[in-house]
Amino acid sequence: MPLAAAISPPRPFFPHRHLLGIEGLSPQDIVALLDLAEEAVEVSRQIEKKRTTLRGRTQINLFFEASTRTQSSFELAGKRLGADVMNMSVATSSVKKGETLIDTAVTLNAMRPDIIVVRHAQAGAVHLLARKVDCAVVNAGDGAHEHPTQALLDALTIRRNKGRIEGLTVAICGDIMHSRVARSNILLLLALGARVRVAGPSTLMPAGIERLGVEVFHDLRRALTDADIVMMLRLQRERMNGGFVPSTKEYFRFHGLDEEKLALAKPDALVMHPGPMNRGVEIDSIVADGAQSLIREQVEMGVAVRMAVLEALAQHLPNG
Amino acid sequence: MSHPPLAFVNARLVDPAALTEMRGGVLVSDGLIAGVGEAVRADVLPESVRVIDCGGDVVAPGLIDLSAFVGEPGAEHRETIATATAAAAAGGVTTIVANPATNPPIDDPAVVDFLLRRARDTGRVRVLPAAALTKGLAGKEIAEIGLLQAAGAVAFTDGSRSVESAQVFRRAMTYARDFDALVMHATEDRDLVGEGVMNEGEFASRLGLAGIPREAEAIMLDRDLRLVELTRARYHAALVTTTLSLERLSNAKERGLNVTAATSINHITLNESDIGDYRTFLKLAPPLRHEEERVALVEALASGLIDAIVSDHNPQDVETKRLPFAEAEYGAVGLETMLSAGLRLVHSADLPLPKLLRAMSTRPAEILGLPQGRLVRGAPADLIRFDPDEPFVLDPASLRSRCKNTPFDAARLQGRVKHTIVAGAVVHEEA
Repeated sequence: MPLAAAISPPRPFFPHRHLLGIEGLSPQDIVALLDLAEEAVEVSRQIEKKRTTLRGRTQINLFFEASTRTQSSFELAGKRLGADVMNMSVATSSVKKGETLIDTAVTLNAMRPDIIVVRHAQAGAVHLLARKVDCAVVNAGDGAHEHPTQALLDALTIRRNKGRIEGLTVAICGDIMHSRVARSNILLLLALGARVRVAGPSTLMPAGIERLGVEVFHDLRRALTDADIVMMLRLQRERMNGGFVPSTKEYFRFHGLDEEKLALAKPDALVMHPGPMNRGVEIDSIVADGAQSLIREQVEMGVAVRMAVLEALAQHLPNG
Repeated sequence: MSHPPLAFVNARLVDPAALTEMRGGVLVSDGLIAGVGEAVRADVLPESVRVIDCGGDVVAPGLIDLSAFVGEPGAEHRETIATATAAAAAGGVTTIVANPATNPPIDDPAVVDFLLRRARDTGRVRVLPAAALTKGLAGKEIAEIGLLQAAGAVAFTDGSRSVESAQVFRRAMTYARDFDALVMHATEDRDLVGEGVMNEGEFASRLGLAGIPREAEAIMLDRDLRLVELTRARYHAALVTTTLSLERLSNAKERGLNVTAATSINHITLNESDIGDYRTFLKLAPPLRHEEERVALVEALASGLIDAIVSDHNPQDVETKRLPFAEAEYGAVGLETMLSAGLRLVHSADLPLPKLLRAMSTRPAEILGLPQGRLVRGAPADLIRFDPDEPFVLDPASLRSRCKNTPFDAARLQGRVKHTIVAGAVVHEEA
């Protein structure tokens, strides 16, 4: 046995019971998940996509906020690993009838699920729920806080196309203030050694964001200059008409990604968007559907990354 | 468009940027000042130059007015760009910043474009549009500041209206900062103004009119300055009239905030007592204040605490003024009389001429980032010539503005503009 290993015993593979955020993950944890996800990509590309890793396990997708794409991605991931997947959306749940989050958690816990995937409109709600249940919890997005599987799938997409993340310049552009995607991506990309820029109108820039270690730009053109990766964020409709930005027309002109602005990035720069896109608001259709776009590949990587996350958490389940 | 070269000689040159005076001349060529000083004399200039012997009159940079209502679009019965700029040229004002409180308001890039084209086609002096800070001047949603600026708007303001919501104002300022846009804000707390129609105090009480407290202005300004500190936007207090505001302003400037301020020609030359027998031409917003306030405003101009003097030109047709005081419209015309009125302070030895002109020309130019407002070679040839001592009695009928609502009706004034030059072209010449 090598001496080093004797002094510090080998670190367990992904030593976390829940995935609540990128915060708290080590670079090794992240890389381990990405490596596992690579295998899941291969699995998903075969005709026989079914694995037995989660056979007999119950996965509940608890979505307090509607999200077709994330929910179906988690559902497919669970099913491909052999789990029994149940979807609970807020429209049909007792939450509508006034049940508190904690009561919901306690009720679900009594049904003995193995994994709960939670999406909630309030930051911190998933953490609160995780403290009340015995099973593994995956954060599928909590308010403007974190969306760890999105950051992981973005990282996987970047790594597969660029071969690395370290040293790349990534510009995250748009509504940083209200974006959980931005926060998780900032944490992950910095952890893996990328240079991260954030760009957007000051009205959509959270206070003190530069303290996270990112460079802040208010001029999209400057943020894009020599970037390797351009990540556009969705601008929610309710923020388009004068509250935070004057109009979609003005937003597109100054903060929307079109061919002309993209030309400022490196010639081999790649474009990403977590979806769903507002074409003609934050991104021009020509760019979204263009040769530099990775947007469709992101969706494929989403399933693979979620399979990897479920598999990694499953190892800590009782009788796992 | 190039005009034949022209020279003012034998003049008293006042450079308000340097706060200096000297004897000499100014040579104008290709729209720019080609030479300044003693060397510009009639005997050394070629014959192709039109020489104007000033006989010792003052030659100075043209005035720049940060706030005037030009009537277009939508209020052409009160004023047009043609009449407003004729009044401006006659008053020595070479650049007007047009108030966006028109109908429709200047809150759309197409309206900015309209105004610029109208100014090009019908204006005698430069007209720069200020655009709305919030859509429809309603104080609810941020206007298209980026697109408006790209179309040619030089500043953002809701005119005489204050943005009441601190949240909206904060976001508008934050957004404006990304474009380094200048926010000009009139500060008046509408609730505190209430039913008030003139300055609160003894005089209002004697007249039986509801008063407007000075705090209505100062409280809103105080809020604004705190939000300037938070947002670091470029802020201009559009019209301060009280010592309460001056205290706040002084504090903000000492703290290094990016803040400037203006007062109006009316507030430094008139006081509430001039309202006398319910003279509605002196019904202004904010109201004329007590004499002590006026004196403090003049001192603040001398010290530089107040940066600029505006005409606050607001033409109102007679029908809206020929009403009981409380029902009459607010506002007075001012473009044509602001220099003569301001010279009262020079003649009373309260303000030296270079400092008066600094507040009417140099500082407004600097606030807008314009190259005007200085008497140096290479600067745009926007110039005025006047005899500061020439006495006259103001005949309202002689005013070029469509409306004659002047508070200086039949007033004895001194200093009439004899020549006004914009970009090297003579736009006003005394007959």
